[in-house]
Amino acid sequence: MKREKHSKATMEEIKSKYPPQKSSLIPLLQECQNRFGYLPKMVMEDIANFLNMPSSKVYGVATFYAQFRLEPLGEHTIKVCHGTACHVKGADRVNDSIESVLNIKSGETTDDGLFTFERVACLGCCSLAPVMMVDDTVYGDLDREKVKKVINRFRGDSE
Amino acid sequence: MKIMLGYASCGIAAGAAEVEEVLKKEINKSGIEVDYRRVGCVGMCHNEPIIEIEDDGVRYTYGNLEIEDVKKIVEEHLKKREPYRKKLVVPPEQEYDYFSKQKKIVLQNSGVIDPEDIDDYIQKGGYDALQRVLNEMEPGDVIEEIKNSKLRGRGGAGFPTGLKWQFAADTPSDKKYIICNADEGDPGAFMDRSVLEGDPHAVLEGMAIGAFATGADEAYIYCRAEYPLAIRRLNIGIKQAEQRGYLGDNILGTDFSFHVHVKEGAGAFVCGEETALMHSVEGERGMPRPRPPFPAQKGLFGKPTNINNVETWANVPWIINNGAEAYHSIGTEKSGGTKVFALAGKIRRGGLVEVPLGTTLREVIFDIGGGIEGEAKFKAVQLGGPSGGCLPEEYLDTPVDYETLTEAGAIMGSGGMVVMDENDCMVNVAHYFLDFTQKESCGKCTFCRVGTKRLLEMLERFSKGEGSEEEIERLRSLASKIKSYSLCGLGQTAPNPVLTTLRYFYEEYDEHIKDQHCRARICRPIITYTITDDCVGCTRCVEECPADSIQGEKGSKHVIQQGMCVKCGACFEVCPVKAVEVE
Repeated sequence: MKREKHSKATMEEIKSKYPPQKSSLIPLLQECQNRFGYLPKMVMEDIANFLNMPSSKVYGVATFYAQFRLEPLGEHTIKVCHGTACHVKGADRVNDSIESVLNIKSGETTDDGLFTFERVACLGCCSLAPVMMVDDTVYGDLDREKVKKVINRFRGDSE
Repeated sequence: MKIMLGYASCGIAAGAAEVEEVLKKEINKSGIEVDYRRVGCVGMCHNEPIIEIEDDGVRYTYGNLEIEDVKKIVEEHLKKREPYRKKLVVPPEQEYDYFSKQKKIVLQNSGVIDPEDIDDYIQKGGYDALQRVLNEMEPGDVIEEIKNSKLRGRGGAGFPTGLKWQFAADTPSDKKYIICNADEGDPGAFMDRSVLEGDPHAVLEGMAIGAFATGADEAYIYCRAEYPLAIRRLNIGIKQAEQRGYLGDNILGTDFSFHVHVKEGAGAFVCGEETALMHSVEGERGMPRPRPPFPAQKGLFGKPTNINNVETWANVPWIINNGAEAYHSIGTEKSGGTKVFALAGKIRRGGLVEVPLGTTLREVIFDIGGGIEGEAKFKAVQLGGPSGGCLPEEYLDTPVDYETLTEAGAIMGSGGMVVMDENDCMVNVAHYFLDFTQKESCGKCTFCRVGTKRLLEMLERFSKGEGSEEEIERLRSLASKIKSYSLCGLGQTAPNPVLTTLRYFYEEYDEHIKDQHCRARICRPIITYTITDDCVGCTRCVEECPADSIQGEKGSKHVIQQGMCVKCGACFEVCPVKAVEVE
């Protein structure tokens, strides 16, 4: 996924789309994260000034919601579903395979910056359990072999 | 000839995008004129990807398709006009028993119409109800009709919808809001996603009717960010409805105006609670507040607000079109209509099912779902996600209704129904849900914030084979305090999965703490993997073991070094001759 670098100009462009009121806070954070991949401190301070609120408040909201990240993401994000159906069908095993293939724990990014690996609550594809999502694509009925295959495909893409 | 491809999230995950590419190419190559469309979830997730063909009024459903099958379908069915029998889900002359006990109201259009084309919806009678309401009814009549239908909140709590509308209508104010709660957070539930992806206009029409009845002119749909396709289709739907004059200013030439916005959630389970959700729309941390004042008096931005769940809204147009009596006659005395369930887990035919309220769990799981997948026996069904409970076999004949399920210790909930078999450990399931609610607690109330953490620690000890009967008693007592002293539904229901498993599966807790035994062989600290004499020495497990705990040369029997084993089960999974045992 392509990500932009944050600059004064892009921030101005983003801010111009939202009225400077409290209810714009979450949509602003969402758009910034979509474009930059995460929420740099400067971006949060900029938003705080724009909405005329303390930056601690912006930080408070950004850390309350699971969606927001304060650290840059890898090129691809792998989300392993830990919904109920996936749990009973072996989400832990999928988790283990990814940990061992990528050699990182959930919440971490690989050294080469290629993958970030996260656990998520439910992707809503319960009948295909266990599932994971790489970027925007869902992969279902996973086992060890399939997990490896999918990850290798993405490794190949980036070479 | 009409060709429909199931193109909802689950279909796409199963490969609908690849199927579409080949299908379009083959149709083009053949030069045959067909009416092709993408439709929402057909409900048969177990058969995805799915193509349906309507030919001379007969409907052919093809399922579990591979790329080769798609070519065959074009070759046989489209060109030679011969159905490709090998991949028909059932022959068209036969009724599929998956559907025979279902009754489709909310899902009537899902999988039938193109959700991105308003004309498809209108052709099926869409927006007739709104027209009728605006031309022939007073707001009070609409509320009466909804009250008489006995429609109750499908988000889980089951509050009578008509009464809720009445409260909002009765509060005088210059501004009122409508909210559609699409923050479907229960793990194991995907009903709302499917409705939004398959029939977004039904939800929008229901909301417009609700706005007219309560006197609101603006609405927010609060949808999970994890549902990008639903959000996209909602935005398309809103735009199309505005162009046709079903939403916006002076709807259908009347003085009724109604504007709808979509708000993306940001990943907080507690935002399913209505006051937390409203705080989130306002740009705050999504934390609940005490009620009263109820949202109907003081809601979003301090104005009277009526908030209902996706499925509740989607029922409204049907009720107006067919009458309250017809709706009420489908359900039970106290609750009218149907309920959509997301059937998943160890089930043969998982998917989206809609049944009249009062249908028994056995009918849903065995008659519709086809029973347990594989050889193992049924153990429990989990209803209502982290707020619900696990019911054992003895409760399978319980009719699905708000009161009966609550009595049994579970709840109707939003509609997640996860089936578990003998290979699932109930202590582990309780731990799983507590782990979820403990992480999702917003931290406002002490009993929820600290209490769930303490409960989780106790469950962790049980799953390690530690703990005692006294500790189970302590757990029970703490659980009841969390229920009593938490402000919102999250804390009030968080102990339910623990309490129901204790009530129905006590012997499993007992085995864990007394015998350090997990009968389902799930709890890692108290299970052991060993390699039997059947080992052929292929070294597959040696390569796979992430802890390098297996030793052995090619051709000789391998041995697991117990001290190093992390019990991940990788060897068990990859062994080609099933020589790895777990006890």
